[in-house]
Amino acid sequence: MSAKTDVMEASEQKADPRWRSVEKTMRQHGYHANGLIETLHAVQEAYGCLDEEALRRIAAELRVALSHVYGVATFYNYFTMAPPGRHTCVVCMGTACYIKGAGEIMERISKEFNVAPEETSDDGNLSLLSARCIGCCGQAPALVVDGEIWGGLSADEVIERLRRVLNDA
Amino acid sequence: MTPEELHDLCTQEQEAAEQYPHHLYVCSSDPKSILAKDLRQEIKKRDKEKTICVHEVGFMGLGAEEPIVRVEPQQVYYQRVGAEDIDALFDSLDSGKSIERLACETLPELLKHQRLVVLDKNDRINPNRIEDYIACGGYQALMRALTEQSPAQVLEEITQSGLRGRGGAGFPTGLKWNLVAKAQGEKKYVVCNADEGDPGAFMDRMILECNPHRVLEGMLLAGYAVGASQGYIYIRAEYPLAIKRLRLAIKQAQRLGLLGHRIGEVGFDFNIELRLGAGAFVCGEETALLGSIAGRRGTPRPRPPYPAERGLWNAPTLINNVETFANIAPIMKHGSAWFANIGTEKSKGTKVFALAGRVTYTGLVEVPMGVPLRDIIFKLGGGIPNHCEFKAVQTGGPSGGCIPAEHLDISVDYDSLAQVGSIMGSGGMIIMDETSCMVDVAKFFMAFCCEESCGKCIPCRVGTSQMYHILQRITNGQGTLYDLELLEELCDVMQNTSLCGLGQTAPNPLLSTLRFFRHEYLAHILDKQCPAKVCKIHKVMEAVS
Ligand SMILES: Cc1cc2nc3c(=O)[nH]c(=O)nc-3n(C[C@H](O)[C@H](O)[C@H](O)COP(=O)(O)O)c2cc1C
Ligand code: SF4
Ligand code: FES
Repeated sequence: MSAKTDVMEASEQKADPRWRSVEKTMRQHGYHANGLIETLHAVQEAYGCLDEEALRRIAAELRVALSHVYGVATFYNYFTMAPPGRHTCVVCMGTACYIKGAGEIMERISKEFNVAPEETSDDGNLSLLSARCIGCCGQAPALVVDGEIWGGLSADEVIERLRRVLNDA
Repeated sequence: MTPEELHDLCTQEQEAAEQYPHHLYVCSSDPKSILAKDLRQEIKKRDKEKTICVHEVGFMGLGAEEPIVRVEPQQVYYQRVGAEDIDALFDSLDSGKSIERLACETLPELLKHQRLVVLDKNDRINPNRIEDYIACGGYQALMRALTEQSPAQVLEEITQSGLRGRGGAGFPTGLKWNLVAKAQGEKKYVVCNADEGDPGAFMDRMILECNPHRVLEGMLLAGYAVGASQGYIYIRAEYPLAIKRLRLAIKQAQRLGLLGHRIGEVGFDFNIELRLGAGAFVCGEETALLGSIAGRRGTPRPRPPYPAERGLWNAPTLINNVETFANIAPIMKHGSAWFANIGTEKSKGTKVFALAGRVTYTGLVEVPMGVPLRDIIFKLGGGIPNHCEFKAVQTGGPSGGCIPAEHLDISVDYDSLAQVGSIMGSGGMIIMDETSCMVDVAKFFMAFCCEESCGKCIPCRVGTSQMYHILQRITNGQGTLYDLELLEELCDVMQNTSLCGLGQTAPNPLLSTLRFFRHEYLAHILDKQCPAKVCKIHKVMEAVS
């Protein structure tokens, strides 16, 4: 990437209203490196994912090496550099869900909607992700679809409901 | 706020509640449930605003299907209450006759077998209203400590109570607090570990979602006792509702002067900030957690120095679990002798367990330490559904073990669980029946540890991956007896040479299944069979031949 596009993109981001929440988070932490993880959360919340431009800009603002920002961003599973699809489906693969058939649900969704686990379908409609426990173990097997918790459904029911969600948009 | 003002607010709230002859407590974990709203609308329509009061609470107990409504003062529980039942509900309030088709007898019956300390009154507290907590006597222990007790007295009370950490290891809480109090340092910190990483455990989430103020009060008391003025709650980003409620709770406490400067109008300052985790299990380990709060990668460092000496920004730091903090206010309120009376000789108080897996009732239970494991699963959890046979219960998550049927009669306390090769852990209990393959479960946990290993030290980084591959071989039907020897050797190396708890305890699920379910390993290796029919051995065999 050339230096020119960096600057251009950076100034574009500055004008982007979504960047304001990121700016606010950094300000709250006094532009200190302590606030790096909170800042990355703010970026992901506003943009859906992290990208190189955002990381560069944060590194500059917080005065830390880009490698440090990149190191933190990639250490934590919650952060992703891949843009999410229009819909996201997170299948819990924690112990309680696993022994109640989460593996089968994952497999079925993957086959039915033609999307590999941890990836986004080619048409950009569905991101299929996994989690290691979302704290709804009592309702296992549990899923989070577009932020909504689905619990205690059979694989067939999940497919059925998911199809409706995907067709709605 | 002064103690008098707190007292006045408490009486005011209680008197306001007494004005209503009827109270409806509504519990639903579905954030989209509109039952409470519908009830309020109906109250308006029927012009009963002065006689019926609706409360939304986060906890009722297990054994009933949501939405649950409790009618007071009659103490009647209804389950699966829908919009279509509202008319009947109001008619029953008028007539005084309960509705049989909605009645739920299991829940109150199961509550009788429990002892609530941490969850006490949560079935009457709206987590979004600090006033509800205050009406139940909340923050009074704090006020009394600030005005009548010295920090040393608080330390003494907690030490005398015999409370041990609920985050897994069971370290004596009083001892830890004393270490931090004695440590040299101008600034000290209190950190609440709400990373709850064990898959299958959700006690901390529920405690925070149902009554965040109890945890805040515990942290405040800790801050006063050890001489800290800043607290952090490190909470998983996967718990959006708990985060939202904590944020609100902190704001409310600040507004009432229960957080901030000169709390209780004495010279005690304390503030609490949230820090979000980002999906790394190892960040539950205390030194990794401290790194993460400071915005770095969450990799553990060698101890000593312990965080009590050198923690956040090298200052003395107290780290406790959510449930540990939730125990503090009750201890200070009722006294250490009261607390020490509950439980066993070496494990005092109660423990909250999260029941999940193949069990009839899933959810939270709170029991005194020392009750038989069998009671928790069969009495409170209602046993195994679908006429299936109990096989094992997994406690302690990836650091724990699987306890088989022959040990169901052990008492649940720190030491008894350790004796059968498991740990108390944070309190997750996953019940498994004959449909689970124990080799597959061991493989599942090893995959988990392999993925979550931070990679800093070799025994854990390489060991988890090697063991995972061996287990995969066995579940594919290609294992040999030598593999079992190799696994045991690797376990030994990892336990003794890993840097942090993750690597040191990662072999536990494997070792405990090898100990109690060796026959299942042998079936995979010698007979090329998976007794539970989980592992896909046959296909692989065909492919090979
Ligand atoms: C890999 C690993 C994960 C841990 N995860 C948690 C956790 O999620 N929650 C927790 O409270 N403690 C966790 N702990 C234990 C903490 O390091 C620490 O002992 C605990 O928070 C101390 O609090 P307590 O004395 O109140 O139990 C974990 C430890 C290890 C080694
Ligand atoms: S034991 Fe594992 S998780 Fe702990 S420091 Fe070593 S590599 Fe990291
Ligand atoms: S294991 Fe799936 S929600 Fe906890």
